[in-house]
Amino acid sequence: MSYYDFLFVIEVLVGGLLSGVMYSLVAIGFVLIYKTSGVLNFAQGSMVLFAALTFVSLVERGIPFALSLLITFAVMVALGFTIERTVLRPLVNRSPMTLFMATLGLSYIIEGAAQLIWGTQVHGLDLGIDDTPFEVGGILISSFDLLAAGIAAAMVAGLSAFFYWTRIGLAFRAVADDQFAALAVGLRLPRIWGTVWTAAGFVAVVAGLLWGARLGVQFSLSLIVLKALPVLVLGGFDSILGAIVGGLIIGASEKLAEVYLGPFVGGGIEGWFAYALALVVLLVRPSGLFGQKTVERV
Amino acid sequence: MTFFSHLRKAAIATAFVLGATAVHADEQYFPLQSYRVGPYAAGGTGFFGGFIDYLNLINIRDGGVNGVKLTWSEGETQYEVEKGVEVYERLKSNPGIAAWNPLSVGIAYAMIDRITDDKVPLITINHGRTDTTDGRVFPYVFPLLLNPYSETSGIVNYIASKEGGLDKLKGKKIVVLYHGSPYGKETIPIYELLSQKYGFELSQIEVPHPGNEQQAQWLTIRREHPDYVVLRGWGVMNPVALKTAQKTGFPADHIVGNVWSNSEEDVIPAGDAAKGYTAITTQASGEQYPVVQEIVKTVYGAGKGNLEDKSRIGSVYHNLGIVNGILNVEAVRIAQVKFGNRTLTGDEVRWGVEHLKLDPARVEALGAKDLFHSINVSWDNHEGDGYVTFQQWDGKKWNVVSDWIAPDWKLLRPIIEKSSEAYAKEKGLKIRTAEDAEAVVSN
Repeated sequence: MSYYDFLFVIEVLVGGLLSGVMYSLVAIGFVLIYKTSGVLNFAQGSMVLFAALTFVSLVERGIPFALSLLITFAVMVALGFTIERTVLRPLVNRSPMTLFMATLGLSYIIEGAAQLIWGTQVHGLDLGIDDTPFEVGGILISSFDLLAAGIAAAMVAGLSAFFYWTRIGLAFRAVADDQFAALAVGLRLPRIWGTVWTAAGFVAVVAGLLWGARLGVQFSLSLIVLKALPVLVLGGFDSILGAIVGGLIIGASEKLAEVYLGPFVGGGIEGWFAYALALVVLLVRPSGLFGQKTVERV
Repeated sequence: MTFFSHLRKAAIATAFVLGATAVHADEQYFPLQSYRVGPYAAGGTGFFGGFIDYLNLINIRDGGVNGVKLTWSEGETQYEVEKGVEVYERLKSNPGIAAWNPLSVGIAYAMIDRITDDKVPLITINHGRTDTTDGRVFPYVFPLLLNPYSETSGIVNYIASKEGGLDKLKGKKIVVLYHGSPYGKETIPIYELLSQKYGFELSQIEVPHPGNEQQAQWLTIRREHPDYVVLRGWGVMNPVALKTAQKTGFPADHIVGNVWSNSEEDVIPAGDAAKGYTAITTQASGEQYPVVQEIVKTVYGAGKGNLEDKSRIGSVYHNLGIVNGILNVEAVRIAQVKFGNRTLTGDEVRWGVEHLKLDPARVEALGAKDLFHSINVSWDNHEGDGYVTFQQWDGKKWNVVSDWIAPDWKLLRPIIEKSSEAYAKEKGLKIRTAEDAEAVVSN
């Protein structure tokens, strides 16, 4: 392998890792809700679309950036509370499949509502982040992706701090650990679920802005859930650390596979390679690399 | 589009559907399998908006085509094949159907056998399967103006013109970045053929659907150092390609987009990364053409414009819809000369499309000079030898940067015939003759 080839491998790897962080960003929204309520919220992608569309539509109507961000966050909080109150609370104690189907339906409703309210036009989203690549030792690195990775890291740090050092965070962890025990000690589950949906709304705003700046704000934004699902399978549905590590592994491996295995099988493999990798992990560790192992009394 | 405007449009669409069930003898009906919501709604609203605007112009300004009023109704497909077929089944019983215009490769494929049985034309302007160009095998399908092979030839001819001639292509390196779908893969063999003919080095790289992640592909491109990248994309793949090209240091002015990578919706989300990007088109964008001006004055002036956002008037998809309207209406007009000024059958309109010859003088008379070049459809050539031009994005609008360019039809025709004849053999179809084409079902 020549030095140039070696540099190219590193470049693909770095690009993949940075892409992986973007996948993690979406996956974290899933984890937050799954961890505390056991619901796989398939509507997370639609929430990302709704957040980005709301934000960009407000900015295009002349509302200042910061105020638009604030309003979007408020809208997402309201949306989260409404979903929790009107859809999920009435379905408490139903089977996981029922809850999953409910969020699947929600996904279509939110997508439809987003287009109904804000229209179907495609929007550009400029966050003021320069996307000119810079070179480090012969390797091109995207400044946007690097900054996005920084924002994702800050968000994870913030969420981790919230979970570990606040009373509500402690309550979250108690609920995630054992809902019945949490109820028995007097924790108010509906309030916690409402709060966690708020947190998922916040994650949707951050993911929506960063992905929106990357892809443009359009319907296809909701399809980014397809990138998050293998990350969740690999990292574990209830682990924020798993979402991060899973994203990095998926991002790096799918890019390396596309570049080095793709040419032997006709290319275009990264779409399914991530799922193949997740499937292998699923066979070996059904709860993912960092997921909580389920122990049941029989 | 807002909630209330949706309600208004729904009410209007319902009124049209109700009205369409009571078509009178002097009305010609267009069933529209439109998509105004879903992932491709931006293209759908522009195209069907332009088409309806032109039909409205003919009704308001001329009182219809020689007194025959044009009517239409819409069925939402969200660009999904099963919904497109469902809309077809729902609308096909309406009387006086002139032609189907789904603007969807998938829906068009699903309708070929059905509309052939119905004897009603299926217009697939700028898209569809290439071998439907051969009217000997596909009597009712019309990939008007441009089929995928002609598009490929047009793009290669344009790159050659930038390099100083076809002979200068030898030794150049071209990468084709294509959408991982039957649409994206359709041109793989023709690029290979042209590569062998002109001696350029070719690499074709697939982007898996939907194309929202292309880092690996563009790093591969960066390693290959091509002279040009041809972008054969669709939807979100296009802006992501332009953004990722910027990230990997590939210049936008050496990327040439195909006909489904040429709209405002493809470049606006890419922001500054799209500046300098060039794409092929059969119709220029802009409002300056007389027919577009008339639509603004007559249709929008009367409050009957179809686009909610008037800033989209003259956009690529809107103008494509207008050109599609011109081609449909002129086919009806030509058929009326033979069959009379009345509601025509689908087969009579098919005859009209097969005689659709609009030279530059006629195009100018229709107010479309420089909007599109010309068309020359015949019973066996259902594409009609459309010319192409190239437009470059300056960050705000498209600017035409080439003359009208002719694809290499003579080179392509034998390949098309080989494919269509294989299709005919597989399906047990009779190869049509000119005499067969003149036999028309009039009731």
